[in-house]
Amino acid sequence: MRKGLSWFNVTSIALGFAFLYIPIVLLVIYSFNASRLVTVWAGFSTHWYWQLFQNEQLLDAAWVTLRVAFLTATVATVLGTMAAITLTRYGRFLGRTLFSGMVYAPLVMPEVITGLSLLLLFVAVGLDRGFWTITLAHITFTLCFVSVVVQSRLVTFDRSLEEAALDLGCTPFRTFFVITLPIILPAVVSGWMLAFTLSLDDLVIASFTTGPGATTLPMRIYSQVRLGVTPEINAACTILIAIVTVVVIIASVMTKRQEMERQKAERMAAAEA
Amino acid sequence: MSTGVAEKTQKTVGGIRRTFAPWNDPQAVPLIRYQNVTKRFGEFTAVDNLSLDIYEREFFALLGPSGCGKTTLMRMLAGFEEPTEGQITLAGQDLVGTPPYKRQTNMMFQSYALFPHMSVWDNIAFGLRQDRMEKGAVAARVEEMLKLVKLEKFAKRKPHQLSGGQRQRVALARSLAKRPKVLLLDEPLGALDKKLREETQFELMDIQMELGMTFLIVTHDQEEAMTVADRIAVMNHGKLVQVAPPAVIYEQPNSRYVADFVGDVNILDAKVTALAPGLVTLEAEAAPGMKLTATQECEAKVGESVALALRPEKLRVELDPPADPNVNCLTGTIWDIGYLGDLSIYHVELPNGTRVKAAKPNLTRMVERPITWEDKVYVSFTPDAGVILTR
Repeated sequence: MRKGLSWFNVTSIALGFAFLYIPIVLLVIYSFNASRLVTVWAGFSTHWYWQLFQNEQLLDAAWVTLRVAFLTATVATVLGTMAAITLTRYGRFLGRTLFSGMVYAPLVMPEVITGLSLLLLFVAVGLDRGFWTITLAHITFTLCFVSVVVQSRLVTFDRSLEEAALDLGCTPFRTFFVITLPIILPAVVSGWMLAFTLSLDDLVIASFTTGPGATTLPMRIYSQVRLGVTPEINAACTILIAIVTVVVIIASVMTKRQEMERQKAERMAAAEA
Repeated sequence: MSTGVAEKTQKTVGGIRRTFAPWNDPQAVPLIRYQNVTKRFGEFTAVDNLSLDIYEREFFALLGPSGCGKTTLMRMLAGFEEPTEGQITLAGQDLVGTPPYKRQTNMMFQSYALFPHMSVWDNIAFGLRQDRMEKGAVAARVEEMLKLVKLEKFAKRKPHQLSGGQRQRVALARSLAKRPKVLLLDEPLGALDKKLREETQFELMDIQMELGMTFLIVTHDQEEAMTVADRIAVMNHGKLVQVAPPAVIYEQPNSRYVADFVGDVNILDAKVTALAPGLVTLEAEAAPGMKLTATQECEAKVGESVALALRPEKLRVELDPPADPNVNCLTGTIWDIGYLGDLSIYHVELPNGTRVKAAKPNLTRMVERPITWEDKVYVSFTPDAGVILTR
């Protein structure tokens, strides 16, 4: 193996990163633009951030989005985990294929179709469209993602841990909460985070199922962009990017630290043995 | 453990072990009874109409190759499987239908199944807390268990901070903490290296004696079963082949299967040529014209084909013919020699091509052995050395 990188490697990495990140970098830079025109640079300013925090429509939309995302993620995590347990634990029950098909359908279904069919359902049932219909729709399409994540953890779960708990006098119900859940918790948490993010940035399904008074942030941004991109939107997006970046960094640092501690402990144990 | 305690325990172990044989006592009431138990998984019959009695304070081993049904038999006692047919009773109570968390058995799992998110202390206390045992009593029992397995210093550690041997001890302590009527051990030492495994076998026996509990161990390692158990059940295809103390299993196997599965054995096909009370005369296919004798009773009739099972250590390999005319003798040439340090295993080829193994202890430190490759040798054995097997 040669040390260092060839010119080919360097160029391909540079091009790859440029392709991925130049649009984002541009957006961040222009959010600090003093000019009203999005494409003309006129010096540094944080004016648009102040403007943003005065824009009640945008703030309202952000608040709706967060509430929807939080509720969606929580309910979808509970239901998705239950679906995953049913599918991994109860073998070949009657209607298993149908059940797993229904759970995973939204994974491959075009969003437009999911949105449209949900809209038709809500109209048929006579449900007033708004906050609750968006939430219901989001639960429906994020549930399968949670289920996939949790199921992949359950497949490698050592069943003898549960058997050991039963053997020591713990009822099946308690065993789930004191043994199974704590062990699969990382998968459940990442399922929650996945559902939260999916709900946060969904535009299509939300537009189909929304009603008056419940506009989510992606919908608000989209409708403003159609009237012309304002630097305000750039500022809003920059804040979103910052939040996501911070969360991702915290999560990866925590995982890394845990892994290092585990390895250290294992080395210690091996040295003592 | 200090040597003083070890000696004391050894003495009691010896005293009790020598006289312990409730299976010979018609008055004794078994603790565990399997009665005509069958377990099927779909088409596959894991346990086939099996009946077995296990007595209190017994260290009982289920021995057999993988897939012979031994683990299923144990899991039915723990409650993880229900028998398809038949009855299992523990101390007179019918167990069928009782869920595992209501049974007075505890199990030590092959994978140890330690709860990874709990400390050693909490792992051991887990079962006691399920019984809503009072806090002080839980603490006292956990301390006692930690002392028993010599892990006092590791109470606060998590399972992943322990070595394999230490994990095995935690698993043992956890399964013993509730003082179950029966402790079930599923291949408990499989993951340990050979030295540690041998040490742990003796510790298991000491602990079993000390607590006066009934142990049921499942293993495919015949040495392990021989070392720890009072009685061994050799299983094959869901049936018991032989149930007996280790020495009987080894010296008086009841079938080719048992003779072959437990220890090393030479099996010679032979015909019965004459029968007298307590003496059978045979002619082996490998040595036509040679008269072989075995001092035992035999179910077979004259002319019938039987097998003569001979353990390698009971065969003598010499360059000169044996002096005693009553000793059975075969001739052959040395095919190969396996040097194991304490023993040398001589592979002798008989005139018809059959090869037999003979073990000879290396009593001297000579590097050059008198018997070597392609030597013509005499393989001799006394009339009581072989076992005639009709199955």
